[in-house]
Amino acid sequence: MKKNDLKIALKAAFPHTIPVLTGFTFLGIAYGVLMNTKGYGVGWTALASLLVFAGSAQYVAITFLTSVFNPIYALLMTLMINARHLFYGISLLDKYKNTGKLKPYLIFGLCDETFSIVCSTEPPPGVNRKWFIFFITLLDHCYWVLGSILGGLLGSMISFNTQGLDFVLTALFVVIFLGQWKAQKNHKPAIIGILCSVGCLILFGPSNFIIPSMAAIMVILTVFRKNLAKEEAK
Amino acid sequence: MTLTAGQTFIIICMLTLGTVITRFLPFVLFRNNKKSSSYITYLGKVLPYASIAMLVVYCLKEVNFTSPANYAPEVIAIIFIVVLHHWKNNTLLSIGAGTAVYMFLVQTVF
Repeated sequence: MKKNDLKIALKAAFPHTIPVLTGFTFLGIAYGVLMNTKGYGVGWTALASLLVFAGSAQYVAITFLTSVFNPIYALLMTLMINARHLFYGISLLDKYKNTGKLKPYLIFGLCDETFSIVCSTEPPPGVNRKWFIFFITLLDHCYWVLGSILGGLLGSMISFNTQGLDFVLTALFVVIFLGQWKAQKNHKPAIIGILCSVGCLILFGPSNFIIPSMAAIMVILTVFRKNLAKEEAK
Repeated sequence: MTLTAGQTFIIICMLTLGTVITRFLPFVLFRNNKKSSSYITYLGKVLPYASIAMLVVYCLKEVNFTSPANYAPEVIAIIFIVVLHHWKNNTLLSIGAGTAVYMFLVQTVF
């Protein structure tokens, strides 16, 4: 791999990560500030963001850090909250084949945002694909760590009105959804995803609906495989 | 800090372990997939669409219809994004403007 090729891959990857830069800077700052108010300094915040790199689990974990010490419960909660990542892995099994030495890091850094970009973006011609994916993963990881360090350092000094800024990540997912919708003639997988999730959200409530949704999606995709695979081939 | 430094470190390790398990498990389970590969290939084709749909719902999970403030900003901002994206087809513009609309709505209108 030549240095120049790396530069080209980085340049191609960066624009795709700009929405994540915005979202993670803000959410990272919010996390750092929150950790600070619970008595955890910037060192702990940085360590958690670097190693865990899973926003929602880290937010929930603040309660584990401020109550009775219970590591098993912390592990089980993390598995529950992050169960959706199982789908990302299955979706990317083929795409991450032949990524060689980079593969462990690519999987380690496969957060919601990285997944959404990687599964909907192909590198431009002439750009090495595995390094393109690597830089998307690395940049997103850096934004998260740097954002939370910033929050840990600045503490509550920041007071400008950022209410609603976290919507940037929702907007990113909506735009990716629209892009996939346009690129695809067969809308059934997307519709199945929406209906199963909304149905389970209504049935199980906001804190327990992801695992039932995943089960429902898997069952329906498997049962209607023949039908859907045919449409996919068209 | 209610926990000791050692306890805090263990909790962070548990979070890391939980996250690593959910991210690596599919790759470990299907590392030698030859037999089931047509099923996996099929899932690789359809699952990304269902996953992104689920992710959108996940982001909107706190939306409810008890009062307009709990749903109107999200509904308006998403309709705005859909229309703008259909019209201009510019990812960053859609995300930036959509977020600005949402922030304006939650800060000043609702």
